[in-house]
Amino acid sequence: MWDYTDKVKEHFLNPRNVGAIDDADAVGEVGSLACGDALKLYLKLDPNKERIVDAKFQTFGCASAIASSSALTEMVKGKTLEEALHISNQEIAEFLGGLPEEKMHCSVMGQEALEAAIAKYRGEEAPAHDHDHEHAVMEGEVVCKCFGLTDVFLKKVIAANKLTTAEQVTHFTKAGGGCGGCIPRIKELIAEVMGAEPQVAPKRPEKLTNLRKMQLIQETLEKEIRPLLWADGGDLELIDIDGGKVQVAFRKACAGCASSGFTVRTVEQKLRELVSADITVEEVEG
Amino acid sequence: MKEIYVDNNATTRVDDAVFAEMRPYFCELYGNPSSMHFFGGQVQKKVDEARKRVAALLGASPDEIIFTACGTESDNAAIRSAIEVFPERKHIITSRVEHPAVLTLCRNLAKRGYRVTELNVDGAGQLDLQELKAAVDEDTAIVSLMYANNETGVVFPIEEIGAIVKEKGALFHTDAVQAVGKIPLNMAASSIDMLSLSGHKLHAPKGIGALYLRKGVPFRPFLVGGHQEKNRRAGTENTASIIALGKACELAGTFMDDENCRVKALRDRLEKELTARIPHARINGGGAERLPNTLSLAFEFVEGEAILLLLSEKGICASSGSACTSGSLEPSHVLRAMGVPFTCAHGSIRFSLSRYNTDAEIDLIIRELPPVIKRLREMSPFGREFLAASN
Repeated sequence: MWDYTDKVKEHFLNPRNVGAIDDADAVGEVGSLACGDALKLYLKLDPNKERIVDAKFQTFGCASAIASSSALTEMVKGKTLEEALHISNQEIAEFLGGLPEEKMHCSVMGQEALEAAIAKYRGEEAPAHDHDHEHAVMEGEVVCKCFGLTDVFLKKVIAANKLTTAEQVTHFTKAGGGCGGCIPRIKELIAEVMGAEPQVAPKRPEKLTNLRKMQLIQETLEKEIRPLLWADGGDLELIDIDGGKVQVAFRKACAGCASSGFTVRTVEQKLRELVSADITVEEVEG
Repeated sequence: MKEIYVDNNATTRVDDAVFAEMRPYFCELYGNPSSMHFFGGQVQKKVDEARKRVAALLGASPDEIIFTACGTESDNAAIRSAIEVFPERKHIITSRVEHPAVLTLCRNLAKRGYRVTELNVDGAGQLDLQELKAAVDEDTAIVSLMYANNETGVVFPIEEIGAIVKEKGALFHTDAVQAVGKIPLNMAASSIDMLSLSGHKLHAPKGIGALYLRKGVPFRPFLVGGHQEKNRRAGTENTASIIALGKACELAGTFMDDENCRVKALRDRLEKELTARIPHARINGGGAERLPNTLSLAFEFVEGEAILLLLSEKGICASSGSACTSGSLEPSHVLRAMGVPFTCAHGSIRFSLSRYNTDAEIDLIIRELPPVIKRLREMSPFGREFLAASN
């Protein structure tokens, strides 16, 4: 059974804003019956056509797809189109208190539908990643034939969510989750994205949500700090993150080493520099 | 909330009598059956009795029964043995609708150079025996085809298959995990060489299975290292569970008629009422012979996980023929092989009953499911015109 948060369950059992808006200004559709989930999003704008005053959805899909759609409609109400476009799939997941990683594709679908609706309203071409098999104008080369996903779309999601494994890409987009034939190509795309961008953002993002902060802490530990320790035959494990408090345990050569106090400070310094100034690190036995 | 458990093809409640039978073999009669002393010897006698009881249910002889840890182990042992005893034969035949215990192993063997034929099924989930006839040859080491399908309950014509397999001298294995206890079996008059069964599908605990191995059929053990099970499965016997399996098999024999009359009547009523009350519902495998306890229904334009979770809110425990639950994103390989259209493959639900289910429980499912489907369809962007026309 999936470990859904109470908020996911609540939005699944009592979804907000189900239905259609007959005189909607913008309608975005993604997914298909074949894919196993689909979302049709309706947006109604104020008379000045600036702010979203109403949003409704129709969704075919699992509990987290329905909850993500419900969350999305709540999040966009009152926002300008420009503000709405800045909603990321991570924020949809965070609104629900998080989604199991295998279900992150539901949050991506929400974000896709929103982009599709706004692009259509503005008379732009359907976004490249609209993977509705029947109507999509797709940009790029189709990588995942089972779900009709292109390299342009996959690279965007890989970069936005800092994905590092093919399994994660499947969880976030479903690509590779059917026949699995495209997994080697997905690995190439990950390598291309990682090669194109520094693995950790060079400067701290301005506003960090809790989820992003935890992700960044994990990434920084994985990519910046553990490799330094490995060089000395040591290692560390992340035990817990609570707000700005990070607990780690040292392994191998580092464990019980007299100089590990220095190492804790090094970890803290690095996390403050790359993630957030309010981070404190403490060593625990794990 | 009291659960209404209709997921018996996933696992079953341990029968009270089964539990009572196994209970003393943990803290009191914990001896090792291989020991020389009386304390182990008395356990050996109960293990022998269990072997007789399992054999009796299958119409086999007790020394044809090898206890294993699960159905999956029995499947692995059978297929791996066959390719070892026939090293010159490089061909395996199975079907597209097998349990992963068989299918994954065969696909792994294909990567190691074996030629693997996966037989197709038709829309009702049935094999084309001509296809089998054309596929089996002198290079075929083993044909492994399930007795009854876990998702749809569709029963394969096992004896007809066996006759075809025997013509070319290949071994015939059947995964009968879902069939044992529901379909009367008589190995003495059968062409089956090896048969897998699992305890927890027939009211014994999880973690115990058995492999029937016909006398005279060559065998290479999967686990080596001890003399147990006449050198055919090394490892200290799981005595309490073996004794439980024996009791469960004895009870299965007693309840076989109930399964095929009362339980079948419950299933048939559930099927009739749900298909009458819910438009655009189809029975997966409806045109074939099926297990008496299984009903797989496909609902168009809705997704299985959402149905299951809403049913779960009402205490109803069923299972999805679809993807999301198992972690794979494709709809069930069984339904895909049957050509069930995408419009309903994602929305398939399996109800699998047991002797513990009651009329009142079936009434409750008949009452609770239609509004769940209606509610999800109202939420779905698909099929609106279609459904409006049929209402």
